[in-house]
Amino acid sequence: MELEIGGASHAYGDLQTLDSLDLAVEAHGVIGLVGPSGCGKSTLLELVCGLQEQRSGTISVGGATVADERLGRCAFMPQRDLLLPWYSAIDNAALALRNQGMGRRQARNTAGALFERFGLAGFESVRPAELSGGMRQRVAFLRTLVAGKPVLALDEPFASLDAITRAEMQEWLAAALRTDPRTVVLVTHDVEEALYLCDRVAVLSARPARIVAELSAPHPRAEDRDGAVTDPVFVATREEAMRALREGS
Amino acid sequence: MRRWLLPAALLALLLGLWQIACATGWIADALSLEPYLVPSPAEIASSLWENRDLLAENAWVTLREMLFGILAALVVGVGFAILMHWSRLLRDAAYPLVVASQTIPIVVIAPILIVWFGYGITPKIVIVALICFFPITVNALDGLRAVDPEAVKMMRSLNASRWQRFRRVEAPAALPNLFTGIKIAVVVAPIAAVFAEWAGSDSGLGHLIQSDTAYFQVARQFATVAVLSALALALIGLTALAERRVVTWR
Repeated sequence: MELEIGGASHAYGDLQTLDSLDLAVEAHGVIGLVGPSGCGKSTLLELVCGLQEQRSGTISVGGATVADERLGRCAFMPQRDLLLPWYSAIDNAALALRNQGMGRRQARNTAGALFERFGLAGFESVRPAELSGGMRQRVAFLRTLVAGKPVLALDEPFASLDAITRAEMQEWLAAALRTDPRTVVLVTHDVEEALYLCDRVAVLSARPARIVAELSAPHPRAEDRDGAVTDPVFVATREEAMRALREGS
Repeated sequence: MRRWLLPAALLALLLGLWQIACATGWIADALSLEPYLVPSPAEIASSLWENRDLLAENAWVTLREMLFGILAALVVGVGFAILMHWSRLLRDAAYPLVVASQTIPIVVIAPILIVWFGYGITPKIVIVALICFFPITVNALDGLRAVDPEAVKMMRSLNASRWQRFRRVEAPAALPNLFTGIKIAVVVAPIAAVFAEWAGSDSGLGHLIQSDTAYFQVARQFATVAVLSALALALIGLTALAERRVVTWR
């Protein structure tokens, strides 16, 4: 298993956010975490990435159990794109490489090679302010991918986009993961998005979060998104997830 | 165009009214003064021209005091802001003192500094720097602290060291605030320089204004004020230009 969480609990002061949570994800598996607002989804993601250390229980990413070591194996994509306005699109995408000590030209070449595939060709030297919402998210995802870590932790990556752009970005992410499979932990409040993009979806309860249901997605990352999400099995699974979500909150 | 034209027109109107008020003797009569104590804009302009060498010579002295003072405040202020940003202990200990230091009136300490450092340029630079230090330090620190915590998490997850986080995220994010601080510093620097010269000096625009008081050289005093004001405006303009060149993403 690439990611293993065993009895993890966490709290901010006296506020219990996670309650003895167990979860396992195989290498190149995509797991979705859905749950009511403020239930601790983002906290769980930060714990997995090693941005924080849990109060109790174990979290292991590729065998790394200490927060600092997990940080080396996970790339975190926050809710907002957080592109740095003083850098061009390509320099934003190449940020992880520059942090790893790679020279500017080589870092740009490495990140630039992916621009074409990500539908960003021609926008390399453009500043983030001049990019559309969807493009900004793609650059942000590229930045996460280029870090070269085995695990990607995505925190509601498409929450700020309009419905059409979001559907497009879901198809785009599905395609990106088909060609470049990674272990992904995706936090979202959109059940349909989770069931389309992930192999499995864990439904979390209200704070303190525990897993109330774990569902297998019928057509993970199908090429025909519209067909997949309107399929009766998909719709039934979505309803089941919604029920679990309601019961847990 | 409108941005320049309207203030210029208003200035011309005010100068015109002033000229008329002087030519007719209204102001002098109203204040019961000899007319030569109330110079007209035309007289000030001719004083400006006649005394151009003297004014330029003294302007150069004051300009150097301001520039070195601002530069010193910039180096020390930014350095101190970075240290306070990096060390919570230092910030908690020093920040209240930095704020409290602003309650000390410059007029009071200027003569002390003259006693310590003599009549040369050093006490003037120290006084200008002391005044400029506060806006620069406080604004730079605010800028550094206003960095989005999510951006810091993102950088940590992208293998950034403490230094890389500072260089690539915190420092650029703080630049607009730093320029706000510099603009405030540039505005108060001439006032600080004049105070410093009044406390004890043998040259500079402040010194010139002071010595002209004794000889009722009112026209030249106004001319000196005009030069001082022009220096300050030029510095503000240069700062704004530098900001546009550096903060290109706004």
